[in-house]
Amino acid sequence: MIEHFLPAASSYAQDIDNLFTLIFTLVGFWLVLTEAVFIYLIVKFRKKDGQKAEYYTGEEKHLKRWITVPHFLVLICDIFILVGAVNVWYNVKQQLPEADEIVRVIGQQWAWTFVHAGPDGTIDTDDDIAIVDELHVKVGTTYHFKLEARDVLHSFSVPVFRLKQDAVPGRVITGWFKPTKVGEHDVQCAEICGIGHGLMAARIFIETPEEHAAWLAGQRPIALASANTPQRVED
Amino acid sequence: MRPIANTRSVTGIPTGRLAVWWIIVSEIVIFGGLLGSYVMYRLAHDSWANQAAHTNTMAGAFNTLVLLTSSLSAVLAHKAASEGDGKKAAKLLGATICGGAVFLTVKAFEWTHEISIGYTITSNTFWSFYYTAAGLHGLHVIAGMIIMGIVAKDAAKGRELHRVELIGLYWHFVDLVWIFLFPLLYIAK
Amino acid sequence: MAESVETQAAHHEDAHGHHGEMSFVSKYVFSTDHKVIAMQYLFTGMAMALIGGFMAYAFRMQLAFPGEAVPGYGIVSAANYNALVTNHGTIMIFWVAMPVLIAAFGNFLIPLMCGCDDMVFPKINRLSYQIFLLSAVVLISSFFVEGGGFGGAWTAYPPLSAKAEYSLTKLGSSIWLVAVALEFIAFLLGGINFVTTAMNSRAPGMKLYDIPIVVWMIVVASILFMVSVGPLIAGAFMLLFDQTLGTQFYDPDGAGDPLLWQHLFWFFGHPEVYVVLLPALGIVAEVITTFSRKKLFAYRTVLYTTFGTGVLSFTVWAHHQFVAGIDPRMANIFTLTTLLISVPIAELCFVYIATLFGGSIRLTTPMLWALAFIAEFLIGGVTGIFLGASGSDIYLHDTYFVLAHFHYTFYPIAIIGTFAGITYWYPKMFGRMLNETLGKIHFWGSVISFNVIFIPLFVLGIAGQHRRIFDYRNFPELALPQYQDLRILATFALLVMLAFQVVFLYNFFMSLFKGEKAGNNPWKANTLEWTVPSPPPHGNFAEMPTVYRGPYEYSTPGRDEDYWPQNVPN
Repeated sequence: MIEHFLPAASSYAQDIDNLFTLIFTLVGFWLVLTEAVFIYLIVKFRKKDGQKAEYYTGEEKHLKRWITVPHFLVLICDIFILVGAVNVWYNVKQQLPEADEIVRVIGQQWAWTFVHAGPDGTIDTDDDIAIVDELHVKVGTTYHFKLEARDVLHSFSVPVFRLKQDAVPGRVITGWFKPTKVGEHDVQCAEICGIGHGLMAARIFIETPEEHAAWLAGQRPIALASANTPQRVED
Repeated sequence: MRPIANTRSVTGIPTGRLAVWWIIVSEIVIFGGLLGSYVMYRLAHDSWANQAAHTNTMAGAFNTLVLLTSSLSAVLAHKAASEGDGKKAAKLLGATICGGAVFLTVKAFEWTHEISIGYTITSNTFWSFYYTAAGLHGLHVIAGMIIMGIVAKDAAKGRELHRVELIGLYWHFVDLVWIFLFPLLYIAK
Repeated sequence: MAESVETQAAHHEDAHGHHGEMSFVSKYVFSTDHKVIAMQYLFTGMAMALIGGFMAYAFRMQLAFPGEAVPGYGIVSAANYNALVTNHGTIMIFWVAMPVLIAAFGNFLIPLMCGCDDMVFPKINRLSYQIFLLSAVVLISSFFVEGGGFGGAWTAYPPLSAKAEYSLTKLGSSIWLVAVALEFIAFLLGGINFVTTAMNSRAPGMKLYDIPIVVWMIVVASILFMVSVGPLIAGAFMLLFDQTLGTQFYDPDGAGDPLLWQHLFWFFGHPEVYVVLLPALGIVAEVITTFSRKKLFAYRTVLYTTFGTGVLSFTVWAHHQFVAGIDPRMANIFTLTTLLISVPIAELCFVYIATLFGGSIRLTTPMLWALAFIAEFLIGGVTGIFLGASGSDIYLHDTYFVLAHFHYTFYPIAIIGTFAGITYWYPKMFGRMLNETLGKIHFWGSVISFNVIFIPLFVLGIAGQHRRIFDYRNFPELALPQYQDLRILATFALLVMLAFQVVFLYNFFMSLFKGEKAGNNPWKANTLEWTVPSPPPHGNFAEMPTVYRGPYEYSTPGRDEDYWPQNVPN
């Protein structure tokens, strides 16, 4: 469903979309059913002249069934949703697959700084490339991102990846993604971070390995990462 | 003029006591939130023990005794009030107020000393908690003393004797908060 | 505007000449009468709703027509936009939903429905309102200080809210925080009366299961509020010291942790949803039983379910923080509790719907509002599942999907529920009937336009649009014309909705003078407030009532009348 609006460009994007569809189907069913019964009752039991309403306490067994049975069915649907949600959550947030490359993501008022590994493929070396508001990644590569905030809370959100993670000052939060489709997309800040929050837009460039190599070749390495990034104890 | 509503007691518990319990429970959650936060932080920062070492345990222990004694006189005041002896109740409440005053005086000396040697509310988050928690408690002591003064004044004239019990309840609560503050801020080093 | 309203209400009550000997000021400004205090809360809440609505107008216009001057406001800068959305949220929850649903209805209904002459502690009641009014004035003043109003969202997450160099609203942040803290204290004081009056001062014969559901709901809501707000009050002190004294409670550069505030805030913030939901559910219970002439389906189940919801509501707070940097394993526990809480809430909805079964339904204006509450709240409830499930929340967190979801809960609560209550008890409050035709025009206009506002916002949320961004032209994927059209549609629907409120205000004030006289019991309802004159005199009951039965004995077999007031012996 989400893909109708926005491409799914990471390895887990489809899982999140499927979970969304699962929930949509289950709760949609209940919503339509409940509203239908509701409207039916309103129409059916409109006031008729000379006819009194019936008298039920709600404790009658044959009537109370109509509450207890649906409520167990809701509980069963909840279990399906719970299993789906925990499963997706575990894969996206709890377990970290081996990283092919690491990228540092630093939020500050009001820009993103992305520190890419240079041609040597490792981070925190002299050939690192740090750029503001542009993230360049290779398709099919598993990345770990190390997320930091310099001042206030920010949130690193890449809608095409279905990825979101708050950045908290004083912590380095590690997460992962694996791009699966080439393209150029928005990166948003998803946590209000002051007056310039609405200006904190960045772009992500998902490139083929060749394009990425060509881009790398055109960049001047800045020894920013090792000089400016404080090495903090990681969570 | 008291509304008729105020004269009823469906549960059998006097309404005034219910109201005081309401206030006490809402205060417990306020202090609970503050002390809960402190404990979480404290567990994450072993180094705070070095800061806590600079608190004056003797002064804290003395104050604990003072407050416990003042609670005792509040109990005796309640007893006197329930026997209808307003004058005696007022005197005992006066003793409790004196206890509060001694407590605050000791506190004032402690804080003056600590601030003079450089431990202010901003010097470290331990001290931020120390001053915030003890300060909030101190405000409750002051509020309790003022209300107790009003209650004692009425009680001396034999009026509103049921309030002696209510202010006593509140005072026990203030006392109890200190019983938690003392080990958390002074003893755990 | 609150002033002029009170003047008119004053004029009206004078006609009954109950306390003509008192001066205007002592009667309507410093009164300790629960009904006057209820009206003070109601009119203050309505005035604040107009302010909050105006803020919504200003920022929705900016979103539809970015960068253009908004008629009546001017250019909405990024700082203005943040301050507007922040205070819109704060006002609508703390200064509209709470004062109207809990304080206005609680004050008006609890003594009347419990059969006593006033609250137990009228002076504390008055003090509660005065602190509340002060808090409202303090909040509004924050817009006129240097730097403008606070713009760090109603959740006020530090470090943004804690340091002036980040928020750029040094005074605004502190004034906002003080206003919120004062409001909390006002409601803690108010709660004393709601709970003690309902517990201790009920009319003889009124047993626990004879108490109208709305009274139960307000009492449970007050208790939930009291238990949940304490830690946040402590947290607010800490934040205030961070702002003003330079402590580092939430500052990672010291020993602080910004996430502590989030825990304290949401430990309060989630039960707070139920704090305002429960009174609205209570109002709906009264209205649907009266207008379907039915006994409430399974009264005790409703009560126990409410208690269960209240307890569970303390265990779900971290579902607001799945991606906030908490330990990811925690998310699984909070997903479980969040899905569990959907069960009692679904059960409550089922019970209300079941009440209609076998009824004799009259679609009066209050009944339409009550039914719309159920229909719309269901949508708000089910969309919460998407957000409570950790996996899908990764994507939807902080998008417009969240915004649309909670407006689908809060609009039914604070607007639809309130209108159900106002239109239902208006005859009792003012002695005259509202105009039904105008009432229905207002109803359909408000409810249809509400859906047209927020359904497009669900779509925008699914498309990945994040909240609190003043101009989407900076994000190429969100600046697409089809999305901008949705934004414009939502804004137009808001304008329509606001326009329909004029119908309500006209109806409200015109009916004060020209409405048909109501009589004691225009709806033929059972609860005690309908046994006294409309509006009730000072002291409420000429003779203190005795209660013989529960509040929902409608269409009882063997009786000619289809209602059976609680105070009638047989």
